Amino acid sequence: MHETMIAESLLEAISAEAAKQNAKPVNARISCGTLNAINDEVLCFAFEAITKGTLCEGMKLEIEHKPMQGLCKNCNESFKIDLSCLRCTKCGSEDFKLLPDAPLLLEEIEFQTEQ
Amino acid sequence: MYKVNVGKKILSANEEYALKNSQLLTEQKKLCLNMISSPGSGKTTILTRTISDLKDKIKIGVIEGDIQTEIDAERIRATKAPAIQINTDGACHLSAAQVNSALENLPISDLDLIFIENVGNLVCPSAFELGESAKIAVLSVAEGDDKPAKYPSIFAKSKAMLINKIDLLKAGVQIDFDIERAKADARKLNKGIEIFPISAKTGEGLAGWYDWLKREVKKLRL
Ligand SMILES: Nc1nc2c(ncn2[C@@H]2O[C@H](COP(=O)(O)OP(=O)(O)O)[C@@H](O)[C@H]2O)c(=O)[nH]1
Ligand SMILES: [Mg+2]
Ligand SMILES: [Zn+2]
Ligand SMILES: [Zn+2]
Repeated sequence: MHETMIAESLLEAISAEAAKQNAKPVNARISCGTLNAINDEVLCFAFEAITKGTLCEGMKLEIEHKPMQGLCKNCNESFKIDLSCLRCTKCGSEDFKLLPDAPLLLEEIEFQTEQ
Repeated sequence: MYKVNVGKKILSANEEYALKNSQLLTEQKKLCLNMISSPGSGKTTILTRTISDLKDKIKIGVIEGDIQTEIDAERIRATKAPAIQINTDGACHLSAAQVNSALENLPISDLDLIFIENVGNLVCPSAFELGESAKIAVLSVAEGDDKPAKYPSIFAKSKAMLINKIDLLKAGVQIDFDIERAKADARKLNKGIEIFPISAKTGEGLAGWYDWLKREVKKLRL
């Protein structure tokens, strides 16, 4: 599963930030586009498995899915794409182009404050 | 507890390799097509036939991705074309780093076109850029005409789509596959997608696919 590779890349990025902060990470929020094809359950499972025995063990992942966006060629507005109804939500036109999909981002990490 | 804003791209290592691959291919003016489909839709059969039929016109090399085994690379080598096998060892997609080392082992300067046969999977490979010139989605009529509607990402990202095994529709096999529906669904998200209904077995429809390949190779030479 490609989620394993994503989990490894995440662990690396979080560990680097944790070293900078010299603190224990507790939660992380990531965001992704539709085309990243991420299954939340699979990613969380993979992340849990590879963080065993690391500083990130027990961390919680929050995954935000950003919808695909279209740019209407008729009214020039961008809109959220609904795969079951492929038309501009503002004017109803079917003439639109797909905007680039959201990238896979590590948005935010929450750290424990030292006692 | 306190929060730190990071805003860092994940999988940036893959993107860096993809960029390297794409720079190499652009510099050398080579066309590189990443073939993506479910297992068994006929990618290797399409490749072996394409290589043989075009052997006097386009010099083709292949990067074969499979979870295990060297079987597909051997099928390609039987046509005399160079092939590098990558075994992903369980992973559901090829990575740009794997393609980078395969490119180093192919005699690129002798080739016009490099095909990458990705691991059989309609979802995951479309999330990993390899630095290819374009993606090609392959769908066989045995899989059902609802695939473009159900798996939009690969069809949205592909420059062309091959609908393979159309011989089955004529052979009286019980298959409900509406080519027009598959085409219309693929075009909803990707107006410019080229669509070629073909049979790698009988050769039907391949002429259009070959003309398209010749045009794309020629574009790079200009
Ligand atoms: N009837 C028919 N069978 C095909 C065609 N193309 C491939 N096949 C068969 O489909 C099976 C899978 O083909 P293969 O090329 O290995 O698919 P891959 O997994 O996508 O590489 C093989 O048994 C092929 O002989 C076709 O156009 N028509
Ligand atoms: Mg194959
Ligand atoms: Zn996967
Ligand atoms: Zn509109």
